Amino acid sequence: MRAGAIAGGSLLLPPAMAAVVPDRRRAVIRDISPSPYSTDEEMNSYQDIVTYNNFYEFGTGKADPYANARDFRTRPWTITVEGEAEKTGTFDFDDFIKPFDLEERIYRMRCVEAWSMVIPWVGIPLAEIVKYFQPTSNAKYVAFETLYDPEQMPGQQRRVLDWPYREGLTIAEATNPLAILAVGLYGEVMPNQNGAPIRLVVPWKYGFKGIKSIVTMRFTEKQPKTSWNMANSREYGFYANVNPEVDHPRWSQARERRIGSGIFAQKQPTLMFNGYGDEVAYLYKDINLRRNF
Amino acid sequence: MNTLLQIRRVWKPVIFVVCLLPAILVVSDAFGITGQLGANPVEAIQDRFGNWSLRFIMITLAVTPLRRLTGWNWLVRFRRMLGLFAFFYTLLHFLAWLILDQGFLMSAVLEDIVERPFITIGFTALLLLTAMALTSTNGMRRRLGRRWQTLHNSVYVVGILGVWHYWWQVKQDIAEPLVYAVILSVLLGARVWWRWQAKDRRRLPD
Repeated sequence: MRAGAIAGGSLLLPPAMAAVVPDRRRAVIRDISPSPYSTDEEMNSYQDIVTYNNFYEFGTGKADPYANARDFRTRPWTITVEGEAEKTGTFDFDDFIKPFDLEERIYRMRCVEAWSMVIPWVGIPLAEIVKYFQPTSNAKYVAFETLYDPEQMPGQQRRVLDWPYREGLTIAEATNPLAILAVGLYGEVMPNQNGAPIRLVVPWKYGFKGIKSIVTMRFTEKQPKTSWNMANSREYGFYANVNPEVDHPRWSQARERRIGSGIFAQKQPTLMFNGYGDEVAYLYKDINLRRNF
Repeated sequence: MNTLLQIRRVWKPVIFVVCLLPAILVVSDAFGITGQLGANPVEAIQDRFGNWSLRFIMITLAVTPLRRLTGWNWLVRFRRMLGLFAFFYTLLHFLAWLILDQGFLMSAVLEDIVERPFITIGFTALLLLTAMALTSTNGMRRRLGRRWQTLHNSVYVVGILGVWHYWWQVKQDIAEPLVYAVILSVLLGARVWWRWQAKDRRRLPD
């Protein structure tokens, strides 16, 4: 079992009851607990994870976010919680994460474009966050929105997508123990191009579900609109579960290229639910996954 | 040295080396000499060869309109070489896909060619370019007679298939294929326009 990417020593400290993420690029985050949900597969290099990104707010090229997100301001940052919940309001980022514990989650990440990585995230179980805001019985979904700020996010100056970026989960998905809101990477503060200061990570779904730089979290009764589904509903569904048997209309999803495996490496077979079936398959036992892709 | 000899002895070798540079750069980037291919080198190699394939198709298609506009008839001396480079980069793009991306997994290759329309049209363009490359010699040209021109007119189809292939492949941002589509429209549009004008002139009474 690998030790993970947490900075040395921090494992020895007792778990703190307050998550703190420094306001400094590449600062080490303290008090991170390891998690049994982490994979022991070889992690991708920090370099690969921070230079090969889909973050259309900073450009549609894979290298654009690295180049264009450099000066993105992640403080002050507020997150508005609204909709069907007892506790709502606008919270400063530091206050938003304070009630929770930080964990390292080393997850596989499978992009809808048929490549994949293994990434050591630092985050908070979304289930804890959802519980904290006390959703009402009407809350069937959780919707998220990314910041809309075309001056800072040059990609938003063109309508490649209908901004702001939107994503959503069912409440059952959001409270699955695998779902996290991530605030760090490799034991350090989340790089801007990876979705700083806070982003969703749902490893059994295609990467585009992992909405970045979140400013709004809304509990809703109806299924929220999601950006890629709005852009092309034939190709991108609401669920977007990794599924080797349901191809993208234009390409196969049966295999994936693991980033970092080298020029002559073969693609590897894609696993159902990205290999997280034991944890999430129950969520979809009554759903036709071919129709609800 | 007369101009013809100068073209053959000096300019053709120079242009040949220049046209080869993008391929050399991809290889030297792969070895980290001139640059990097990034986190996904297989994708980078395919994209770069694919882009140069489209560029050389456009450059080749630009020869005739440019010659007509400028009166630089010597341009036509380079047309075959430029067309062969279009084939060369298309072939490299295909081989990168076949060997590096698909790893020669024939079941996946055939499935893609048959079932993924954007790959079907890309493959069709490659077949047409191959036929043109194989018949590009003077001997073949003589042997095929009038059929040669018919076959080589399929370069227009190749242009359309190539841009279509690229357009269909991008996920959402069509900005780059749109640029190629505009250039291709101008290059093909110019031909249609000139042909239409020529017909018009013939119709006029003397």
